[in-house]
Amino acid sequence: MNLSRKWLNEFVTVTASDKEFAEAMTLSGSKVEVTVDQGAEISNVVVGKVLSMKRHENSDHMWVCQVDTGDGEPVQIVTGAQNVKEGDLVPVAKHKSTLPGGKKIEKGKLRGEVSYGMLCSFKELGLDQRDFPAAYEDGIWILSDDPELSVEVGQDIREAVGLDDHVVEFEITPNRPDCLSIIGLAREAAATFNAELRLHEPVVKGGAEGELIELLDVETPAADLVPRYTARMVRNVKIAPSPKWMRERLRAMGVRPINNIVDITNYVMLEYGQPMHAFDYRYVKGGKIIVRRAEEGEELTTLDGTLRKLTADHLVIADDTRAVGLAGIMGGLNSEIVEDTTDVVFESACFDGTCIRKGALALGMRTEASAKFEKGLDPMNTMPAVERACEFVEMLGAGEVVDGVIDILNSVPHPTVLTLEPEKINALLGTDIPAEDMVRILKSVDFKVDGDQVTVPSYRADVRRMADLAEEVARFYGYNNIPSTLMRGQTTLGGYSPEQQLERRLGELCRAFGHDEIITYSFISPTYYDKIRWAEDHPNRKSFKILNPLGEDTSIMRTTVLPSMLEILTRNYNYRNKSAKLYEVGRIYLPDRDDGLATESKMLSIGAYGSDMDFFTLKGFIEAIMDDIRAENVRFEPCADNPSYHPGRCATLWSGDRCIGVFGQIHPLVAKNYGVDTAMYCAELSFDELMKAHGADAEYTALPKFPGVHRDLAVVCAAGVTVYQLSECIKNAGGSLLKAVEFFDVYTGAPIEPGKKSVAFSLEFRSDEQNLTDKDIEPAMEKILAQLAEKLDARLR
Amino acid sequence: MKEQLAKIRAEALAALEEAKASADLDALRVKYLGKKGELTAVLKQMGKLSAEERPIMGQLANDVRAALESALESTSKKLEEAALELKLKAEVVDVTIPGKEVKIGHKHPMYIALDEIKDIFIGMGFTVLDGPEVELAELNFDRLNAEEGHPSRDWSDTFYFDEDSRVMLRSQTSPMQVRAMDSMELPIRIVAPGRVYRKDEVDATHSPMFHQVEGMVIDKGVTMADLKGTLNTVVEQLYGEGTKTRFRPHHFPFTEPSCEMDVQCHKCGGVGCPTCKGEGWIELLGAGMIHPRVLEMAGIDPEVYSGWAFGIGLERTAMRRFKIADLRLIFENDIRFLEQF
Repeated sequence: MNLSRKWLNEFVTVTASDKEFAEAMTLSGSKVEVTVDQGAEISNVVVGKVLSMKRHENSDHMWVCQVDTGDGEPVQIVTGAQNVKEGDLVPVAKHKSTLPGGKKIEKGKLRGEVSYGMLCSFKELGLDQRDFPAAYEDGIWILSDDPELSVEVGQDIREAVGLDDHVVEFEITPNRPDCLSIIGLAREAAATFNAELRLHEPVVKGGAEGELIELLDVETPAADLVPRYTARMVRNVKIAPSPKWMRERLRAMGVRPINNIVDITNYVMLEYGQPMHAFDYRYVKGGKIIVRRAEEGEELTTLDGTLRKLTADHLVIADDTRAVGLAGIMGGLNSEIVEDTTDVVFESACFDGTCIRKGALALGMRTEASAKFEKGLDPMNTMPAVERACEFVEMLGAGEVVDGVIDILNSVPHPTVLTLEPEKINALLGTDIPAEDMVRILKSVDFKVDGDQVTVPSYRADVRRMADLAEEVARFYGYNNIPSTLMRGQTTLGGYSPEQQLERRLGELCRAFGHDEIITYSFISPTYYDKIRWAEDHPNRKSFKILNPLGEDTSIMRTTVLPSMLEILTRNYNYRNKSAKLYEVGRIYLPDRDDGLATESKMLSIGAYGSDMDFFTLKGFIEAIMDDIRAENVRFEPCADNPSYHPGRCATLWSGDRCIGVFGQIHPLVAKNYGVDTAMYCAELSFDELMKAHGADAEYTALPKFPGVHRDLAVVCAAGVTVYQLSECIKNAGGSLLKAVEFFDVYTGAPIEPGKKSVAFSLEFRSDEQNLTDKDIEPAMEKILAQLAEKLDARLR
Repeated sequence: MKEQLAKIRAEALAALEEAKASADLDALRVKYLGKKGELTAVLKQMGKLSAEERPIMGQLANDVRAALESALESTSKKLEEAALELKLKAEVVDVTIPGKEVKIGHKHPMYIALDEIKDIFIGMGFTVLDGPEVELAELNFDRLNAEEGHPSRDWSDTFYFDEDSRVMLRSQTSPMQVRAMDSMELPIRIVAPGRVYRKDEVDATHSPMFHQVEGMVIDKGVTMADLKGTLNTVVEQLYGEGTKTRFRPHHFPFTEPSCEMDVQCHKCGGVGCPTCKGEGWIELLGAGMIHPRVLEMAGIDPEVYSGWAFGIGLERTAMRRFKIADLRLIFENDIRFLEQF
């Protein structure tokens, strides 16, 4: 909402500077975004009088003028315009002046003649023909020809032509539609600056020929959507430009002047916040206005020339035969005010906010009027607004007003009356504001206070209970005058839950291993499931689908974190980052609940590529994680059937009989789908399963009293036998003295025969009772070798 | 004999002076002090001496031995020191050669900012809550006093999963207020960070997915002054002691009175500059006293209990904290960006 400070001063005198005004209004609840000085770009431009003119000696069209700019000595200015004559008053951009658009004027020579500036057109001052209909468009602006202007030589042009207003732009919160008007903001300003509010009571003389009741009839079959409909009629209308002062104010507020009748409706809308509409009476067939729901498929061409197809959710203004306007949104082209309009109906109505909002939204045409209606307007405002419009008609000589008003009141709210409880307000705010100060504040914003009974003004539908009164009091007491206290009361123990602690720990571990944290979108494209080679019937393709997504790429909630990770790896790869190690604790969203919500499971997603990355680097990292969280019975199984991973370089991670996740090298075909031709490694670990695998707190076990004895063991076995099988076999055969079995090498190639491999382990034997000798471990070694040979056909190398 | 001893002493000491390595010392030790050494040879002649001479010569011989031994030891020490010095010289490295790379991962800047906020609130007795992102419109809107017809419920603003607009992606973390009220014992002090979703196209300041932190306190006798005091404390911890703040009236359907909190612009100190768009203040968060209607809907008597709540946008906080100019960087996850923090 814009506010002209000149217009504001009609209702309340505020002399504060723009900065002070903005700050005070902001702190009392009307947030100022920016203040624009209309003439800020214009400087050193004054009214000048052309004293004499002579032909330029070296030009057949230029004139050399002597101009009085009020500085004593006349200055010489060369102009190429042909519409100037001696004695004219014109805008003069003097030496070192500025004009809109950052244009700078300095003295210079034009074909040998010195010119100390420039004579200006209205366009050069940033104005429009609509602003000054009398001005000559294609030449210098002859100010003395415009009967509406009275200017003096030497006068600053901004003041002379009304470009000296300051316009304040407010951000009005949706609970305050009353502040979408000059009067509403004036009310706030008066309360903020403790100044007197001067409201105007419109006076209409009336007396035009005819009886309103015979000329016009209004019906509102959609009464539920029309709380109030007020209308007056004007006859013998003379369409003409509106006066300068009105055009000036409209322009300051960013509204283009059109003609007197249209300008009046716009002016009243700005001043009262009440959208007005003017129809040409001759197009209201049968003199009857019907406010009804549109028929399904009904058509109407709106003022902007667009044919609109309507539904039963739209509200229309219609005559006996057809719709003539889209209620609260835009008038119809078929009843527009035109040059030869003679009789006009002014509509000042209150429509249901939600209906207008949805109607405008469905047609994609939010207008100034609909933006106001959708917030829910005060039904008590329709009458003063239509009176004000009629007053202007008479004041501007734009027509004659017919006596009487049509006023249909379908639902007029009862005033809200609240009990003022100062101690409760103070208890909520933490203040000690005296009751009489509260009363003073409430009265300053037009609340009526009688004893402890507070009557809320009709335009403040947002005030319904004590807390709302507390806000009114606080706003003008000053939020910044409320003390700052620390909370009392029962102390509570803050902290992280075990899950949150694990999540933090996992993050720490990932970073310790050099992985950077990423944040990816929770929504993906359904085609991403194809990219990771999920089968058409993969059960997790069933995803939450957004019905109104921004686009396909963000249209379903992911059931896997893999595509998100691959996307980021790919992006880094494409940015030519030579290696990347990433992680994210991200959610997946599974549609498996009865209440319609998702099972939102967290996943630890790890991804990497680069020369320092291979399967066993990733596996070592995962083993370290499992070790850190003291998971028990950790094991890995080959996984050849996950379509996203390399069938020979993929494993599932287990703790006991719980599968925690999958990891490995990304399938080359998946990598190809992403356009990456280097090996990528990923892990998808279930956070819930990690939580379950999380072991008990550490407990001290005694350090060994006696040194251990180490034996290296290399066996040759079939290539298909796994290291896991071998080491399990060794452990089972090793007896109680065998404390550790550590794999350290695998070898294929000569002299090992083809199809076989050599695997080496380091074994540690230790006793808690004594130093071990070779003899002590001999039986265990023999048993190990026997078992390896028997069970796995693995023989000592 | 006396002369012999003096000669041995003089010769040996002179030889020691010349010794260059520990091997030389060993040879000298053998030569003079060894079983067949010169001093030993002299001592062997002791028997030939008279009883009077014997102790004197014995004393003399011992002195010579002691002197030789001590000289041997000190020379040995000197040689060792010299050898060590040589060795150390030979081992000199160019300390300006870069160290072996140890790659440590980086926390995402947004989560750095989030962790700071969480830690501050935990220190004040708050519990951290986690909640669903696929949420019921009932909790996201109705229970927060944003009734049917509230503009934020429009399909142009909020993502929905069903035609009845019943299940949606939460547009704010505020439904966590309702979930906390429904599930926790009073008094309540919670913060609930998380992802939220709004139908905004991606640009330098918008993203369809972003993060908020919700905070809420409900207890007997909680006041707006408490809200100010607590949030002021938080801001001082985040932005440094003495950071100036101001509170402005604002509107949220689920708080009354409502406010927005600004911090004084760190760039210009409140005078006005491009960073604060000339205002001298930067908007930080929205807050307010929990609307009595919201308490009532949760079955909490607003005549007995009161509370306050706030919501802060995390991306903007992190962007301000790290001077990140474009929101897209947050979700782009380029390691050259991530590794700056």
